[in-house]
Order: sequence, then structure tokens, then C-alpha cells
Amino acid sequence: MLASARAVFPFSAIVAQEEMKLALLAAAVDPTIGGVLVFGDRGTGKSTALRGLAALLPAMRVVVGCRYSCDPEKEDAFCSECRERSAAGTLKGRLAPVPVVDMPLGVTEDRVVGALDLERALAHGEKAFEPGLLARANRGFLYIDEVNLLEDHLVDLLIDVAASGENLVERDGLSVRHPSRFVLVGSGNPEEGELRPQLLDRFGLSVEVKTPSELDQRVEVIKRRDEFERDKIAFTTRWKRHDDNLRRRIVAGRRLLSSMQTPDPVLETAARLCMLLGTDGLRAELTLIRAARSLASFEQAAQVDVSHLRRVAASSLRHRLRRDPLDESGSTARVERALTELFGA
Amino acid sequence: MNFEADAALTASLFAVDADALGGICLRSSANPLRDQWLHLLRDLLPPASALRKIPCNIADSRLLGGLDLAATLRANRPVAERGVLASVDGGVLVVAMAERLNAHTATLLCSALEQGEIHVAREGVVLRHATRIGIVALDEGMSDDEFAPRCLLDRCAFLLDFASVSARTLLIPLHDRAQIDAARALVPNVTIETTYVQALCATAMTLGAGSIRVSILAVHAARVLAALDGRLAVIQEDAETAGRLVLAPRASVVPEMQNGDAPDNAAPPAEPAAATDSAESPPRREEAAREPAREPAREPAQEPAQGAPADMQQMQDLVLAATQSAIPSGLLSQLRAHSGPGRTAGGTTVGRFGALRKGGARGRPAGVAPAGAERSRLNIIETLRAAAPWQSVRGRAAGYKTGMQIRPEDLRVTRYKQHSRTLTIFAVDASGSSALNRLAETKGAAELLLADCYVRRDQVAVIAFRGRTADIVLPPTRSLVRAKRSLSALPGGGGTPLAAAIDAAALLASQARRRGESPVVVMLTDGRGNVARDGSKGREAGQADAISAARSFGAAKISALFVDISPRPHDLARELARGMSATYVPLPFADARSLSRLIGAANSSRPT
Repeated sequence: MLASARAVFPFSAIVAQEEMKLALLAAAVDPTIGGVLVFGDRGTGKSTALRGLAALLPAMRVVVGCRYSCDPEKEDAFCSECRERSAAGTLKGRLAPVPVVDMPLGVTEDRVVGALDLERALAHGEKAFEPGLLARANRGFLYIDEVNLLEDHLVDLLIDVAASGENLVERDGLSVRHPSRFVLVGSGNPEEGELRPQLLDRFGLSVEVKTPSELDQRVEVIKRRDEFERDKIAFTTRWKRHDDNLRRRIVAGRRLLSSMQTPDPVLETAARLCMLLGTDGLRAELTLIRAARSLASFEQAAQVDVSHLRRVAASSLRHRLRRDPLDESGSTARVERALTELFGA
Repeated sequence: MNFEADAALTASLFAVDADALGGICLRSSANPLRDQWLHLLRDLLPPASALRKIPCNIADSRLLGGLDLAATLRANRPVAERGVLASVDGGVLVVAMAERLNAHTATLLCSALEQGEIHVAREGVVLRHATRIGIVALDEGMSDDEFAPRCLLDRCAFLLDFASVSARTLLIPLHDRAQIDAARALVPNVTIETTYVQALCATAMTLGAGSIRVSILAVHAARVLAALDGRLAVIQEDAETAGRLVLAPRASVVPEMQNGDAPDNAAPPAEPAAATDSAESPPRREEAAREPAREPAREPAQEPAQGAPADMQQMQDLVLAATQSAIPSGLLSQLRAHSGPGRTAGGTTVGRFGALRKGGARGRPAGVAPAGAERSRLNIIETLRAAAPWQSVRGRAAGYKTGMQIRPEDLRVTRYKQHSRTLTIFAVDASGSSALNRLAETKGAAELLLADCYVRRDQVAVIAFRGRTADIVLPPTRSLVRAKRSLSALPGGGGTPLAAAIDAAALLASQARRRGESPVVVMLTDGRGNVARDGSKGREAGQADAISAARSFGAAKISALFVDISPRPHDLARELARGMSATYVPLPFADARSLSRLIGAANSSRPT
């Protein structure tokens, strides 16, 4: 990853927007939830939160010299280069920060999927593959700001890779495949266009953010922003403790995750909720349970209970409801209605 | 405070800290006043900092930079070229005709403002450049629906409208460069008390002035004002001026004055324009409008932590009053138009109004072509392939020993095609006769068609006609939600200005065609026009005008579907449909599903 020239606003200093923060933390604890989509008003700190998330992620082990950041422990997920190297001898590992790849606006397709290494082609006449953003994002996060403005041919590309976890490159006379498993994180403003349903489905959680309507909150947002702009280093140092604390909780949550029990009644409730809302397929249910489990682990709960389920229900389900153009109420309201029906007000 | 002084003050403020204030939107025709203002800004900025103008249709490759073709080939290694954004770092970027800016370019500019850097990953080049810039958006929009993109306006501290000022007005500089430089050094140290932040924030909420970003900009403007005055702390006057300059131009709600000269609530009455607005949630605006009445009771309770609630309230009132005084009275309708659907569409869909792009640099790759005059993406492999057979010949001729020789004629670029977008225009008859018959069913049918458009990712627009006029209640959009809302909010009653409706549909359709889109018009009417083009009532003139409008519509060869919604199909409607060369469908025999099939057919059979 390239170092950013500018300091990033600390995640823990973001005022309110609890649902968004919760969803991002849940995805950080359990990346298999499959990404977060943040949709909402302008100026609500969508990109701030997503960029701030990078600083919270604990380091991971990668194979030394691997261009795709393979995990030395997971042989089944090796790229072809690591497979060859591991056959030849043992692989060395090292700690590296989790990649959070920011998809630049106006990016060209060759930089996303990877392409012919221009330098080597021009200088030496060699045909070599230069990995792109999808390679860099492997085992990390891929962040797309203004995801609804993404060009169609890039969306097509992402939809396929996000589902298969593998990037197939057939271009410039190259034929390469490499692992590309990433958590897709997107933000956008729904006024500026809708998202294709297929892409929508790739996001595990979807949250809606609104401009805070409380004066106090707004003032707090502005004060913190102002402090940050005036002295970024001092501000980030001041909040580092809170960010560190969050990171510790993520690590602890991850440790707890595999042993976190989900009692049968909770599973039944999740199934009933999905049936009530008529969500298609098992994906919704699976995401709902995973998100609840992730939340319970993050909060160091003894086991998953219905309250966890309830808190992640809207984010897990609202973008999976079958679109009913004649239903005036938004999908959030529909999820709320179903929850009330199940649990009472 | 008069306008000229404010305009000059804005230039001073912007010159002090363009980066943090984001930008200025100058809404004005190209006139001497605008030039004067730009000169003033130039004189106040540090001589070394760049002030560069770009056209609104600037290519990504120029804005962001990318691979420098000539240099790359000369050096036999990739050479990156800096884009405009990187080259104006520390300076000011002037965007010409910002109202025509497409959404994509606007997003790039916003991201450069927001991040203070751009991340370029194009054509084998990966780079980061600092872009601490300010943007001056020259908005020459004339009508209410022509605006610079909203995302950009949201990041501009100041909106200056020169429309109401004589172009011969003289701008007198309020500061000289030395003062500006001194202020710039001071800004980082200026402090602002929480009460002022609260006051500005409350004012912004009361006026319904944009997102929280705008409040942040107002706070910063107050600090820059203090710095310009050589002070290290913001005083009340700074807050008031910041409110006037930053917040007032964005008021979407005019609150009741304290002395109550407007007894009726300022909240928009239930008229279609307000009801169709889905951009800002209406409840919030109404709430904001009611706020001043409630505030005295609520605020102190809300601020127990703040030591002096009374002072606080007073402060808010003062800032609000100062801000309000900058809003001319009687502006409500205009304000609503600005923040209503027109503005939204202007801001968000404006990108689709760009010139017709043939073989642009975006979309699906559609083959390779020799590089021409237009800048496009180099297809390296094809270029190398084209050059390969000549290597030995060229090598001998030039007497070179190594390296590949590539000549301009070898260069190959990738060509792209963009799918032409379909725009479905619904012209819905909401007149009395139709309302009597089956307005509800018409809406139902239209909604089903809308669902279809969503599936096909078409754009939709809605024209409603009743009374004397045909109005575009929803400009072309891809947002299904907005389309739905505009339909369900449609009131019924009044005459049937059919001629006006057909004309409006034809106009919208031909505009769409000029943008390279494929329009399809769906007329939902009973065909009984009784309002003439000039707005006068009368069955005969109304019918005659409708027929003539239909013929000119037909001559324009626009694909159309004529849905007769009268209880019994009749000849008049059939004749209109014939005139328009539209497919005629009597609703009594058409359920919504078969309608949607028909519209699909009209789509596929249209001339392309």
C-alpha cells in the first residue's frame, strides 16, 4: 500500500452514526460477513469512517515476497507462485498491515485487474504480469467511494471477483489467475443513482446514514473536525488510545468468534424473520446470523441472543428485500415492522 | 452590507485559505463583473500560486494525468504525466461552465478537495499527488434546473450570485496582498468559542442550509474573518458575517421573522413541487421551518452542559438575524425551486447532459484503432504488435542497435462504445376528465411501467398536464423512488392542455436525443384536449392544437406509446395516436402487464 500523505480522521472520533460504526466493526471481526455498503446523505462521514477503519485493523501474517499477500498458514488459498515456492521449500512469513485499498476515481480497468508490465515490455520486450488493485486487496478491504457512479464494466468485473474470490486475467496476451478475497466496502449517495441488484447482493451489510438532527451532535462533529484540521497530529495522538482500545476489542472478538455459540431459538428467530420478510435464498439468513455472532463476539457476550440479532437485522436485511415498487415505505421500515411483529414493540 | 463589499470580502477570504474553504460558486453570465472578481482574486493570491482554468468537459487523462505517450516511447520506460489537479496544488482551479460539469468529473474534483490528494491508477501508472486546491466554479446556469453539481456546491464555502447586480458594478478591494498573507499565517491559531459554533450550527439547521459540511465551512469562514482582522479569537461579528456569506445563500427554508410578519407557516404547502422533492427529506425541512417558534422553549433544556444558556440563545438569535437579513424577503418560492426537484436534478443528473460522446474513452472496449487526434487510451500490446514487423527494417535504416522502434503510425488506441441510454418519458393526464375516469388506474399502470424501467435501468421522466400547462414534475432520473413519489403526489383536476403536453414531451425527447439517449414517450390520456396552446379554454381550439402538436411530434420520429385511458376508446384519441405515429393502446383492453410488454416492444423497435 502506498502511504497516504494526509493524516486520517480517527475512527473512534466519529460522532454518532452508531449503525455504521457497528456494521464496520462487525465486518472487521468477521470478514466472511462480506462487506459493508454505506448509503446516505452528503457530509455524514461515510468515507471518513471507511478510511478510518484501516487504522483499526490488526496486522496479519503474509508470505515474504508474495505479490498477493498469501497467508503462510493457509495452503489451500495459495497463489500459483506460493504453491510453487512451498513445493520447493518452506515459506517465510512476516507481519504486514491489512491492506485497505482505496479504488481511485477514474481508475482504468488495467489497473484494477492487473495488466502487462509496461516497463518490462518496453525496456526488455518481456511479457510479464503486473498485479493490479484486486491483487493488492487480497485478504484486505477494497473501498469504493461513490460506488453507484462506478462505470459499468468495472462493476461487472467486481461482481464476479467478489463472488469467486479469484481474479481471472485474460488480456494483453496474458493469462493469469490469482486469489482476490476481499471485503467490499462501498459508500454512495442514493440520490445520484441506484446500485445494480447483483452488486447490492455482494455487500453483507448495508447501512443508511443521515445527517445528525440534534444540534449537540452537529456541534460536536464540527468541533472535532475543526480540531483535526488545525492540528492533525495532535488530534490523532489524542484519539489513538480509543482507536487502540477498539483494535484490542476486534482482536479479542476474533478470538472468541470460533467458539461463540448460537442457541437454536436464536437461529429459529432468524429464520422466522427472513421468512416474514420474504428474503430470497439463504444468503440473508446466513449474513444475519454471522453478523449477530460477530457482534456478540465483539461485545464479549456469553452467547448470541435475540438482542444481537435485532441490532443487526436492519443492516443485514434491508438491501435484500425483494423490490416492491408499489410499497411506499422504505425497506428499513419494512424490517422494523417485521421485527415488531416478531418481538413486539 | 452591500453586495459589492460582500463579493470583495469573499475574494479576500478565499485568497487567505482557499484550500480549507473549498471553493466558490460564481453564478453569473460571462460579464465584466465576473472578470473583475477573478482579477481581484488573482491579485490577492500569492504570485507563485497557480490559478488555472479548465473546461467542464476536461478528459480524465488531463485532470488526473496518466501515461505520457511521447515521453514513454522516447525513454523506453513508462513516463507519467502530471494532470491538471496535481499541477495546481496550492493554487486555485477555475472550472468554466460548471453547470455543465458531468457527475464523474464533479466527483473527481470533490475527492481532490476532500482528500487533499489524488490517487491516480491509470494506464500502468500508479501515483499520489497532493492537491490542496480551491475551486472557483463559474456557473452560467440561467434557469432553476441548471446548477453546478450539488456535491461540488456542498464543498464550496461561498455561493455568489451576480444575477441581480449590474455588470458595471465596480469591485473595490478590501485588503491588499500583505494583509492577506498576514491573515494566512494567523488562521491556524485563531480560536472559536463553542457558543459561536453552536450559533452557526443552529442557524444552518433553522435555515435548512445543506449538509453538515456547510456548517463546518461556516465555522472556518468565521475564523478566517477573525484572522483578516488581525484577531486571534472569533468575535460575534465574524460569526454573523460567516452566517451571511456561507449559510444565507443556501437557505432552503425562510423561517418566520421574530416579529411575525408572515402568519402562515413557512413550511411548504402541499403542492406538487414540494411533494416530489425526495432529495432532502421533507420532514426535516418542515421541522426546521417550525424551529424558531419552538426554540426558546427547547434550547435551554437541550444545553444543560453549556454554562450560559441565555447568552447562547441570544447569540443564536443574533447570528440568525444577521444571516436572515441577507435573504431578500419574498424569496421563498425561488428558494424552494432551488432546493426542490429542479435543483436536485440539475445537480445530480447534470452529468448526463454532457455533449454526445461518440467513441469516448469510457464504456465497453469495442476494438482497436490507430491513434488519431483525439486523446484516448493507448493499447500497448496492439501498438507493440503493429511495430514488431518493422523492427529489423527500421533498425537498419536508423543504424540503431537495441530497443524497439515505435513510430507514431504504430500507435493503437482502444475504442469504447457506450450503450445509448433509454429515457422513458411519461406524460400523464391529470385533468378533471381523466381524474373523474381513472387517474388512480393510470397511476397504477404508470407505476408498473416504472418497475419495468427499473429492471432495464432506464431513466424516467414524468410530465403531468392539467389546468393550463404541462409541467415536468420529474426531470430525467434513474431514481425509481423519486419517480414513484412524483406520481403518487400528482393532484388531479382542471382542463386538459393536451397540445402543451405533446409539445413538452417532444421537447424533452429531442433534448434526450441530442444527448445521445433514446427517448420513448408514453402518453397516458383520454385524448380530450380542451385547452389550446395559448392556455385559453375551448374544446375546438384545444382539439385542433392537439392534432397539430401530434403531427409535429410524429414528424420528429420519436417512439411513442399512446395509452387511451378513457372508459370507451374513441376516434379522437386514435387520430392523435396516428398523428404522433404512436402505438395506440386502449386501456380498457390493456392490463398493466401487457402495457409493459408493449413498452418493451416500442423500445426495441425504435430507430437507432
